[in-house]
Amino acid sequence: MSDIQRRDILRSAAIATALGQLTPASAQHVHQQAGEAKQANAGRYQPKLFNEQDYKTVTRLADLIMPPEGAAPGGAAAGAPEFIDLLCSGADRLAQTWLGGLAWLNSASLKRYETSFLEARPEQQTALLDLIAYRKNETPELAPGIRFFDWARRMVVDAYFTSPAGVKAIGFQGNVGMQTFQVPVEAINYALERSPFQRKP
Amino acid sequence: MVHLTDMLQVMRGSPAYDVVIIGSGAGGGTAAHVLTRQGVKVALIEAGPMLNPARDYKEHKTPADYPHRGAGDHAESYLGRKDFGFFGAPNGYWEMDDEPYTVAEGSEFRWFRSRIVGGRTNHYGRISLRFADYDFKPRAFDGLGFDWPITYDDVAPYYDKVEDFIGICGSREGLRTAPDGRFLPPPALRVHEHLVQKSCAQLKIPCIPSRMAILTKPLNGRPACHYCGECGRGCMTASNYSSSQVQIFPAMKTGRLTVIPNAMARELITGGDGTVKAVSYIDKTTRQEKQIRCRVVVVAASACESARLLLNSKAPGHANGLANSSGVVGRYLTDTVGYGLSGYIPALAGMPKHDTDGYAGGHVYVPWWQLDKKNKEFPRGYHIEVGGGYGMPMVGSFNSICRSHEGYGAGLKKAILDGYGCTVGFAGRGEMIPNEQSYCEIDPTVVDRWGIPVLRFHFQWSEYERKQVGHMHETFASIIEGMGGRVLGNRKPEDPGAAISTPGAIIHELGTVRMGSDTKTSALNQYSQAHDVKNLFVADAAPFVSNPDKNPTLTICALSWRTSDYIAEEMRKGNL
Repeated sequence: MSDIQRRDILRSAAIATALGQLTPASAQHVHQQAGEAKQANAGRYQPKLFNEQDYKTVTRLADLIMPPEGAAPGGAAAGAPEFIDLLCSGADRLAQTWLGGLAWLNSASLKRYETSFLEARPEQQTALLDLIAYRKNETPELAPGIRFFDWARRMVVDAYFTSPAGVKAIGFQGNVGMQTFQVPVEAINYALERSPFQRKP
Repeated sequence: MVHLTDMLQVMRGSPAYDVVIIGSGAGGGTAAHVLTRQGVKVALIEAGPMLNPARDYKEHKTPADYPHRGAGDHAESYLGRKDFGFFGAPNGYWEMDDEPYTVAEGSEFRWFRSRIVGGRTNHYGRISLRFADYDFKPRAFDGLGFDWPITYDDVAPYYDKVEDFIGICGSREGLRTAPDGRFLPPPALRVHEHLVQKSCAQLKIPCIPSRMAILTKPLNGRPACHYCGECGRGCMTASNYSSSQVQIFPAMKTGRLTVIPNAMARELITGGDGTVKAVSYIDKTTRQEKQIRCRVVVVAASACESARLLLNSKAPGHANGLANSSGVVGRYLTDTVGYGLSGYIPALAGMPKHDTDGYAGGHVYVPWWQLDKKNKEFPRGYHIEVGGGYGMPMVGSFNSICRSHEGYGAGLKKAILDGYGCTVGFAGRGEMIPNEQSYCEIDPTVVDRWGIPVLRFHFQWSEYERKQVGHMHETFASIIEGMGGRVLGNRKPEDPGAAISTPGAIIHELGTVRMGSDTKTSALNQYSQAHDVKNLFVADAAPFVSNPDKNPTLTICALSWRTSDYIAEEMRKGNL
């Protein structure tokens, strides 16, 4: 767990405590859990299932699916490789999907470019993904790749948008306490002006 | 040979209780609250563990707080969950390896069980709708289904008591289809809810503040809602109603309630006079068989579980199960009709982002509006629930856009960012009319891990329900288009009725031990007291005679309160 995430939890616990809505015992519990999670995540992630080559391929796919933008992290820095490795290590069926899919990707790359997906040039990598990223391209040859990429896309998107970077990118502002539920008037007017129901002047 | 009495740890030395309640959800919790307040000594047995909200609720957590992001240690979110989701309030299951059920060939049914103190009330949607006058007399109204032995006026004082005690927010509207209650003020509407309300107004459809068991003001020592939008995860501050926090924990403090967790009821034991003498159960933690003696038993294990217990309580004189001389126990099983449709609303695109959490669920809903329209293809109504806003990004939140957009990279990311918060969803919740093809019975060949014979389900929707779904589809599409939106999915499906919910999926199963004034066609009298067994009561949704387009929880609470008052009074008179 990053410091930013820990601060988020502590902040929301602090808000709830300030509103008198969390007992000191449960506030303490939240703090303790955040501390434990931080310890558990100390140090660099060691893959549990993937070998080095596969893990690097997953990392590359993560940034291709959700690319970094400037200083903002992409899928890899948002934790997609750890997430995917962890889940695969706990679920044989998912491990099968990923190991099989990664091997398929490598063999497809070898056939086309005489090198693994990881070693292929960026434009070769995207050319291959352009084939398997769309159901309309389905042929007997590409079908396994299309099926795999559907999983890869879903899981990288999930990992990215549930990470602090993804939450920031999408602009989620909830999960904090409010004394009275309020909706900004400018938001209401914005939508009304663009709707069939014009805002009353 | 081991003698039976050696295997049984009969609690003879332990204090006998006035009342033993089986099940700790809305019905059991209300009974525990009402009875202990009147000085009755109560034991409550629950098939799951004790609840500890501070430990068990994940109310303010985010996916990033967990390495698996809420997908589950074994990727359950991707591979199919058997439970209610990692973040949901605990111990609710669609499938339990140790407690299976079977479904007859040609039928479909999903049976949700909750195994924890508080049961489903820890997670439920908090929607709290009074039944209308005609809901108690549907046969008199349109000739279909069956009438209750009670009227709205019999239940109304108990709706008042429940609302005053647990707290319901809403607004007084004067609609026959949605009787007003004693409401706390409703919260502000979200932006999309303003649009939905205006679109409904064009269509002459009422769209009013939802009625929810959520405190918008402090009540009875409980603080008001803090609007974190995650009611379904359980509320640590008890600002919404759960039987665990609002009724059972306070009742335990009176010293008159003993909660026995991890206790799975096996059978009701009757004496020579035909009354219940004890409840036999298995302690799930030790697998020890136990019995607990009682003067009165209140069965509130959930509709199907209560029917199962009665059907499994066989003895000479009641070979078809206890309280079942009528043969109706397990029959007339219904669930709510469910259908959903979403729309993309361009007016919401690019709107200034803000916190839309509020309380979980729509701050507005649509009560039934065509009661007096006679030329419908389907007889009974539905209500509409509204969803939308900037939800917490979760595992699976963007599945549908991944599926429709495809691709990858910056284009996919932009599609997700642009579409966030622009979708509004509508869920119809309609009335099913009880039919002869829908029931549960004991499977003759299968037992669960506790050796208890399991239920086998039979279920059929009728054309009434499928036609109702077709009407839902047209209505939702009209509301979406009226607000300038575009229906997501098929606008003109060939057979909209085919998209009806899987039976059981709405988790409003009820009617399996119904009340009535005729002992030949009902198992219980108007106080939910068994016709055949005077010290046996049922206090969940099993006694319901109809399944109106109103969520059952508020009525479960009201009827349980009424039953509990009756029990206490009969005990005082010496009749029980």
